[in-house]
Amino acid sequence: MASRLEELLSQRGRLLADGATGTNLFEMGLLSGDAPELWNASEPEKIRALHRSFVDAGADIILTNTFGCNRRRLMLHKAEDRTRELNRLAAEIARSVADAAGRPVIVAGSVGPTGDLLIPLGPLSEDEAMEVFVEQIEGLKAGGVDVIWIETMSAIEEMRAAARAAIKVGMPYAVTATFDTAGRTMMGATPEAVATFLKELKPGPVAIGANCGVGASDLIYSVMQITAAVPDAVVIAKGNCGIPRFVGEKVEYTGTPAVMAEYTRLALDAGARIVGGCCGTSPGHLFAMRQALDSHQLRERPDVARIIECIGPLAAPPADAGAEPARRRTGRRRAG
Amino acid sequence: MAGSDDIVLADLSDEELVQQMHDDLYDGLKAEIEEGVHILLKRGWTPYRTLTEALVEGMRIVGIDFRDGILFVPEVLMSANAMKAGMSILRPLLVETGAPRVGKMVIGTVKGDIHDIGKNLVTMMMEGAGFEVIDLGINNGVEKYLEAIAEHQPDILGMSALLTTTMPYMKVVIDALKEKGIRDDIVVLVGGAPLNEDFAKAIGADSYCRDAAVAVETAKSYMMRKHNQRAGTAG
Repeated sequence: MASRLEELLSQRGRLLADGATGTNLFEMGLLSGDAPELWNASEPEKIRALHRSFVDAGADIILTNTFGCNRRRLMLHKAEDRTRELNRLAAEIARSVADAAGRPVIVAGSVGPTGDLLIPLGPLSEDEAMEVFVEQIEGLKAGGVDVIWIETMSAIEEMRAAARAAIKVGMPYAVTATFDTAGRTMMGATPEAVATFLKELKPGPVAIGANCGVGASDLIYSVMQITAAVPDAVVIAKGNCGIPRFVGEKVEYTGTPAVMAEYTRLALDAGARIVGGCCGTSPGHLFAMRQALDSHQLRERPDVARIIECIGPLAAPPADAGAEPARRRTGRRRAG
Repeated sequence: MAGSDDIVLADLSDEELVQQMHDDLYDGLKAEIEEGVHILLKRGWTPYRTLTEALVEGMRIVGIDFRDGILFVPEVLMSANAMKAGMSILRPLLVETGAPRVGKMVIGTVKGDIHDIGKNLVTMMMEGAGFEVIDLGINNGVEKYLEAIAEHQPDILGMSALLTTTMPYMKVVIDALKEKGIRDDIVVLVGGAPLNEDFAKAIGADSYCRDAAVAVETAKSYMMRKHNQRAGTAG
C-alpha cells in the first residue's frame, strides 16, 4: 500500500516541505540551550502556531517538533522518561493542524541523531541505537504521524539503525543526511555513498535526500550527486536559509525569500521532488518557495558554476581531487 | 605499492621508526604507537622529544589532511586514540622531567548541546600539540565556564556547539566574561558545524576554528603572540 506521502506526491508531482523549527521557536521565546521538545507539553499553542504558519505559507509536509526527542538527548534535560509522551504530543499537535488545513497535509515525524557515536568510535551499539529510535518512533506513531522523517544524519550505521527502527514499528520513512564537511557528511560519507546505501534497504525509504548543512549552494550540489547516483529515487532538498549571523542580539540567516525561491528552482532542476527549508527558513521564505515550486518550468540540470551564479559560492567545497595527502608513506605497513 | 612485509619496530633506526610512527598514527594503530614510544624511551630519547617528534608531528600531518577534507572524523578519532595511548605513557614522565608546556585550555560544549565529537577531537589534538586541556564535557552553563576559568586560569577558552539552537549560547558566556571584566585575560576560540567567521566575530570571540586542526594552529599562534608580548615588555 502506498503511503500518504507517496499518494500525494503522485498526485502533485512535487511537494513543499516546511521550514525551520528550532530557529523559529527562538522568535517565540525559546532560550538558547533549552530543549525545544519540552514545549510539546508546556507550550503546545506555540508549536501549533508554528505549524499553522507553515501550512498557511503553503507547506504540504510539516515536521513534528521532535528532532532531539530521543532518550539519549532528552537525558540532558532529565526528561528521558518522557520520550514517548513528548513524541506522541508533538505528533498530535502537528496532526491537528494538518487535519484542519482543508487540504491534504502530511505529518512527518522528525527523528534526529542520538548525538552519540556508534561502536567502535563511540559508546552505542547499532542495536542500542535502534532501540533508542524505536521508542521515539512508537511515540510518533501513537500520535498519528504519516511518515517517519529521519534527518540530519552523518553516519551510515546510525541511518541504518533509524531505518530499521521505522521498519520494526511498521512505518514508512524518509532519510536525509547532512553534507557539511568538504561535500561529505561529518563522518566522511559522500552523497553517492549515502544514496546507494539507502537504496539497498528493504523495505526502502519513500524518499531520500539532504538537509541542513552549511548553506543552500552546498546542499544543491549534494542533491545533484544523489539524483545522479539514484535517478529513480524521490529526492528531498531541505537546505538552510543561507548562513547564520548575529545582528544585534538576534541570530539572522543570510537567505532572502528571493534567494530561497531561486534555491527551490535549482533544487527542482537538480532533480529534487520535495523541497523545503531547514535552519533560518521562516514562513515568509516558505511562501516565496511555494510560488517558485508551483510556477517553475524545469530547466536543464545545473552545474556548480550555475549554482554559484544563482545563489552564491559553496561554503565548504569538496577537497580538490588533485590534492596530495600530507602523509609521506614509507611504503610498508605493519602486518597483524 | 605497499607490500605487507612484517615490520619489526625495534629493528628500525630512530629516523625510520619515527617515520613509521607517523604512518601508524595516520592509520590509528594504537598498540604500534605504544610500542614505538617504549622503544624510543628505551633508546634514551627524552619524553619531550618523543612527544614532539613522533606524536605531535604525526598528528600535525593527520591534522593537515583532516583540514583539507582528505581524512574525516572516523579516521581522525582513531588517530587521536592512538596518540592518546602514547600520551598516557609519556604524561607522567613529562611531569617528572618538567617539560615545557605550550599553554592551558578550558574547553566545553555549551548548554543544551550534547554533541561532543568535535570538542573531543579538539581536546585530543590540542593535547597532541602539547597543551594542557581541561575538558568540561557537554551541556555547560555560564557558571561552569566561569568556575573552571577561576580555578584553572587558562590561556584559552574553547566553546563548541553543533546545533543552531545552542550556538547563540556562546554569546551568553562571552557577555558574562565581559561583565566580570575578564574577557581580555583569555583567548576565546569557538567552533561547531553551524558557525562561521562572521558569527564568531559578532558574538565577541577571538577566532572561529573550522576544525580541530585549525583550532591547534590558531591556539599556537595566539600563544606565540602572547609569548612575544611578554618578551617585549620584559626587554
